[in-house]
Amino acid sequence: MERSATSPSALTGAAKGNGDAVFAAIVRFSAALILLGLGGMVAVMAWGARGAFARFGPGFVFDKAWNPVTQHFGAAAPMFGTVITALLAILLAVPLAFGIAVWLTEIASARIAGVIGTLIQLLAAVPSIIFGMWGFAVLVPFMAHYVEPLASHTLGRVPGIGTLFRGAPYGTGFLTGGMILAVMITPFICAVMRDVFLSIPAVLKESAYGLGMTRWEVVRRIILPWSRSSVVGGVMLGLGRALGETMAITFVIGNANHIGWSLFSPGNTIASLIALEFPESAVGSLKFSSLMAAGFLLMLISLGTLVCSRLLLRTKAAGR
Amino acid sequence: MTTHTTTPTVQAAPCVGARWQGNSVSAIRRRMVDRVATALCWAATVLVLLMLFSILFVLVRNGVGGLRWVTFVHVTLPPGQAGGLANAIVGSLIQTGLAVLIGAPVGLLVGIYLAEFTATDGKLINFVRFVSDLLLSAPSILVGLFIYMIVVVPSGHFSGLAGALALSMLVVPVVVRTTEDMLRLVPLAMREAAIALGAPRWRMILFVCLRAAREGVATGILLALARVSGETAPLLFTSLGNMNWSVAPGKPMASLPVTIYQYAGAAYADWTALAWTGALLITAGILMINITVRLGLGRNRK
Repeated sequence: MERSATSPSALTGAAKGNGDAVFAAIVRFSAALILLGLGGMVAVMAWGARGAFARFGPGFVFDKAWNPVTQHFGAAAPMFGTVITALLAILLAVPLAFGIAVWLTEIASARIAGVIGTLIQLLAAVPSIIFGMWGFAVLVPFMAHYVEPLASHTLGRVPGIGTLFRGAPYGTGFLTGGMILAVMITPFICAVMRDVFLSIPAVLKESAYGLGMTRWEVVRRIILPWSRSSVVGGVMLGLGRALGETMAITFVIGNANHIGWSLFSPGNTIASLIALEFPESAVGSLKFSSLMAAGFLLMLISLGTLVCSRLLLRTKAAGR
Repeated sequence: MTTHTTTPTVQAAPCVGARWQGNSVSAIRRRMVDRVATALCWAATVLVLLMLFSILFVLVRNGVGGLRWVTFVHVTLPPGQAGGLANAIVGSLIQTGLAVLIGAPVGLLVGIYLAEFTATDGKLINFVRFVSDLLLSAPSILVGLFIYMIVVVPSGHFSGLAGALALSMLVVPVVVRTTEDMLRLVPLAMREAAIALGAPRWRMILFVCLRAAREGVATGILLALARVSGETAPLLFTSLGNMNWSVAPGKPMASLPVTIYQYAGAAYADWTALAWTGALLITAGILMINITVRLGLGRNRK
């Protein structure tokens, strides 16, 4: 009795309490829409893929064939391409992003770092189709005329790793795809790294410098250990983006459904395969279902990566 | 290789006493490592900036020639007939506009849920935030497939509305993120003042908290608009593209990204030129929104 008389919500009366209930219901309904959105995506992909999985079974994942004529489909080649291009992208993007993040936080003055940081983040805003066109117009000829012939004449002769660098210099292929993806995801990884680097207590760095450490030693011994899990989370976030990227890759991957061990050989990714072949497949056909199955696999791969990334980023944030 | 990995442990102790300005072997080595690392950081920054400028340069060089009146008033025509991009530009504006109209309110409400209902639905809120973050980076082509299956197949035809729905699924998580962040910055005293004056919770949230956070929230909506206006993959199987003038949301609708995609791979010089002009237009628009937002944010923070 006494409590309700002093509590603010009791003063507002029944009508306003009703408004609160309605508002809460609307807000909860919207939240449910988000859950339905992601759950619906997974469910619809699985539903569309049932024909392919019923026909080919789990072997679909390991089957290298993609042959519309014989109605024989498997996801191994595009899955291989998806993973290889994304891993190449990470391999190239992580050192770049790390270098930029160190430059922005430790080397440049705050004023210049602000401007350059903004420019780097603008790169993240450029639509992926623009990266595709740029890759096709600039990077592909550059690779075909300079990088690939040079690499196959030098690195291609080294026994062992030589296979990676042999092959006809088309300019398109896994390496070019990975390079485009690397440019695209560098700003994302860099943004995460920069934020954690900035969150390190200044005292830690100042005492390290005060003890006579060089800048690199501070980065290596103070900054990296402090921010390790967030950095890995940021890298996984970039990986997730690279796995699902479509338009940039479509222009430069070469669109050949085969698995080649040369970095210069044309390949395909799941997203690119869907973009190219989906318009030519009738609803309910086996090819349609196979494309949905490939999409379902892509969903699983990228969600798995993103879940890892979020968990890593969250545990660190909670630990502070 | 072995020396490289062992040096740090060897140096760890002496680095306290060793004069790193000195000329002992270890001091010189440490200085060199530091200089090389610094140079590599510079190189990484310069390299990525070069990429950005290279993209902008190629866009301007190939696209500026098409910035003529014809491009903005003519619709897409067969090669050789002086076509333009009018239907694509208008189609893009309609679809991104609809996408924001559908997605922003949902995003706002979910953002409010995440920021304001922690006391009652704590665990569920963490899960919703997690799912929203997943949706933020989910492959956009799969969003297109999803809308194709639940909208295009049942209705029997491609439509601009389906395209807008696909884009709105990408708008929601961006708006959720910024709305939640901005609402959390609203001081507790303002909430208490509103409640003390007898306002119900929903009025407090909508008219006090959201109002106080309106600039940040608007920023989020603008960023979402910028993000979806360049998206191609979700539109391929939903609004499909349309060579003719069409503003009816129930029919297939042209859009700049899809037109660029179709034209860029074409063998006709005038089509590729138009693709570059479209690419220049869209990039310029997106970068302008981003720069405006960032300048605005920078000013407010000071």
